[in-house]
Amino acid sequence: MDFNHTEERMILRDMLQRFMADHYNHEARRKLIASGEAYDKNLFYKLAELGILGAMFGEENNGFGGSGFDLMVVFEELGRAGVIEPILSSCVLAGGLLAELGNDIQKTIIDDVITGTSILAFAHGEPQSRYNLNHVVTTAETDEAEIIINGTKSNVINGKQANLLLVSARENSNEYDETGISVFIVPLDSKGITCIDHHNIDGTSGARIIFDNVRIEKVARLGKIGAAFPAIETANARAILAVSSEAIGAMEAAKTLTIEYLRERKQFGVPIGSFQALQHRMADVLIEIEQARSSVINLAGHLETKRDTRERYVSATKNLVGRVGQLVAEETIQMHGGIGMTDEYALSHFVRRLTMIDHLFGDVDYHLERFITLNVA
Amino acid sequence: MDLNYTDEQQDFRTEVRTFLNKSLPIHICEKVRLGKRLTKADSKQWNKILNDQGWLATNWPKKYGGTEWDAIQRQIFEEEACLAHAPRIVPFGLTMLAPVLFAFGNEAQKQRFLPRILNGEDWWCQGYSEPDAGSDLASIKTRAELDGDHYVVNGQKTWTTLGQHANWIFCLVRTNFDVKKQAGISFLLINMETPGVTVRPIHLIDGEAEVNEVFFENVRVPIENLVGEQDKGWTYAKYLLTHERTNIAGVGFSNAALATLKHVAASIMSGGKPLNQSPYFAARMAQVEIDLMAMRTTNLRVVSAAAKGQAPGAESSMLKIKGTLIRQELSSLLRRAIGPDAMPYLPNYLDSGDNADPLNFEYAPAASPNYFNMRKLSIFGGANEIQRNIISKTILKL
Ligand SMILES: Cc1cc2nc3c(=O)[nH]c(=O)nc-3n(C[C@H](O)[C@H](O)[C@H](O)COP(=O)(O)OP(=O)(O)OC[C@H]3O[C@@H](n4cnc5c(N)ncnc54)[C@H](O)[C@@H]3O)c2cc1C
Repeated sequence: MDFNHTEERMILRDMLQRFMADHYNHEARRKLIASGEAYDKNLFYKLAELGILGAMFGEENNGFGGSGFDLMVVFEELGRAGVIEPILSSCVLAGGLLAELGNDIQKTIIDDVITGTSILAFAHGEPQSRYNLNHVVTTAETDEAEIIINGTKSNVINGKQANLLLVSARENSNEYDETGISVFIVPLDSKGITCIDHHNIDGTSGARIIFDNVRIEKVARLGKIGAAFPAIETANARAILAVSSEAIGAMEAAKTLTIEYLRERKQFGVPIGSFQALQHRMADVLIEIEQARSSVINLAGHLETKRDTRERYVSATKNLVGRVGQLVAEETIQMHGGIGMTDEYALSHFVRRLTMIDHLFGDVDYHLERFITLNVA
Repeated sequence: MDLNYTDEQQDFRTEVRTFLNKSLPIHICEKVRLGKRLTKADSKQWNKILNDQGWLATNWPKKYGGTEWDAIQRQIFEEEACLAHAPRIVPFGLTMLAPVLFAFGNEAQKQRFLPRILNGEDWWCQGYSEPDAGSDLASIKTRAELDGDHYVVNGQKTWTTLGQHANWIFCLVRTNFDVKKQAGISFLLINMETPGVTVRPIHLIDGEAEVNEVFFENVRVPIENLVGEQDKGWTYAKYLLTHERTNIAGVGFSNAALATLKHVAASIMSGGKPLNQSPYFAARMAQVEIDLMAMRTTNLRVVSAAAKGQAPGAESSMLKIKGTLIRQELSSLLRRAIGPDAMPYLPNYLDSGDNADPLNFEYAPAASPNYFNMRKLSIFGGANEIQRNIISKTILKL
């Protein structure tokens, strides 16, 4: 056993940490969001140049990483800095799916994803589906040489910022079946697509995308007819590892801000950090963050194992990180007092992101139930 | 022991419910139901309707235009108003300043200010906290120096709720630097239109700006705006705090939030069944409902003791802690219930009077902002840690 990252990953981590500290801060992000932009294009290209996007893919796809620990190292730093750029959607979710399912021609798109010149989004969740990956009612019907897509996708991460969508749709079987779901490559500017963009409360962006008789060629299908579900589950597992790692970074950032504040804020003539009532709670915050980190390490280390083992770690991690995320968000606000509730103060970003991560890919309750089901199976 | 309401109390509940059904404007009710943002005009309209009915000042003596209801009646009114989705009554003039004026104000001040609180001419805000004086309120630094028949005020207040709407602020100011902190504070009423007063919004974590910084630069305040005696302000401030705490448990709000939560959990489907049949979510909901059922009685026990002439003492700290935890948990569960649709931030919907497309479920857009906003409950009005200190000292004698 060895709980140290490899030297390459430590170099990557230190480089990314330094870069973000020099080029990114809360004020800049606030201004950007207030201006209506979804992300900072310059920053995104710089991250691509630094190889951060490439680190999400394996060498077989011209990347230089792609394993669980690569995702962990990168996303922890992105979380610590509070990055809202479209890396999760383009490189992990949609990019991962393309790497998993695509044929050689389709996979050439990954080169553009790695350089940041192409942005992908995965249009999967639907208004009724909540966190259930198999609940797909968007349809894909074959009409001679073409496929016609109809349906509505909601909360598509960076849907509007993408140029290409990977769209899941049902070709056969019933509403909740895992079989029958395919994934198609669909340009966002295709005829029949309406895309409604919105900011999320944590500053990231999402979209509702309506497909009204959108016609695409048959070659746009990834893999075999109706057989995409296992790859969707894999991409989702990778995304859960990514946001859980991001959560660790956000927790560490919130913890650091709070410790500093406890030392420096004085009331009744003494630092509030001298009150035992707060000391003990901060100690609990630290303990829980270490637990969250261990659970993320567990998942990263099992990302490439067989499905049943992997998915137990997926649900265990998402449940634990969700619980700790809520604790850290609520406790760090509370221990700051009024300041902890202000938008201007960086803590606001970390606690909003931590809270919203529980709303991505299944929350605490969803994954508790799923963990139990997987245990019984 | 008798857990039943008397016949009169039940009749009173019916009367209140009938009035609310008839008088609460639908556009205001809809905003409150969906957690949208109220405008100043909305609040003023509802205050006027209540005042026309004679029900605005539920804690005032009749001779000043109040209802003189007892604590149980107030509780009934509060519960009904919340369930009907009536707006929260902004408390600063009605339930904070007015009791101080009744007890410590002179006749001229009562004549001048009380009617204007009732008829909506004045909107008051509370100027207690400062950047360096939060939990340690007695260390305020904003100073007022006598210059002829005026005080000259310099300093800064912060976290001033709805100060952007207010034309008057009641302030704690330092008038004596040579004595113990608590002994040098005065209670001063300041017209916010006076030159030298500047209000700056503070944007909060939920995207709104319901609090402000208020700056005072050589603000001249006539001496007749001093309440009671100079340097006795701390006594008045503490007196005010006991009134601030009368509805501290927020049982009415929690009842309404629970009703909304149950409705949402019955409407939202997850994996083919409504969320209220999902065992983990259902358990969370049941847990908070069980807490609330007990809390309601805890509250009535404390409140009815006060109704018989005992002021709620340190017990109100217990109500504050438990009451705020329950309200926060309910807001957390609503956010959780909404699922992925709790992510979009849709300020236009939250600000709009009509039902502009909320992308999805009408309850979704306010769920996360409200969850974040509710964090304030355990911070203001004496943070929950401070309430625990009070319980430890006053009740536990530790
Ligand atoms: C949304 C909002 C609205 C508000 N509206 C108003 C208003 O209208 N008018 C007004 O005057 N004020 C208002 N306040 C201010 C509020 O009363 C203060 O925020 C509160 O008193 C806490 O002070 P603080 O924020 O400076 O935190 P601090 O006092 O700095 O406290 C920081 C943390 O330390 C803890 N702490 C402090 N002392 C102790 C101790 N002795 N033992 C253990 N823990 C301790 C606190 O509990 C808290 O967790 C508002 C605040 C908020 C957030």
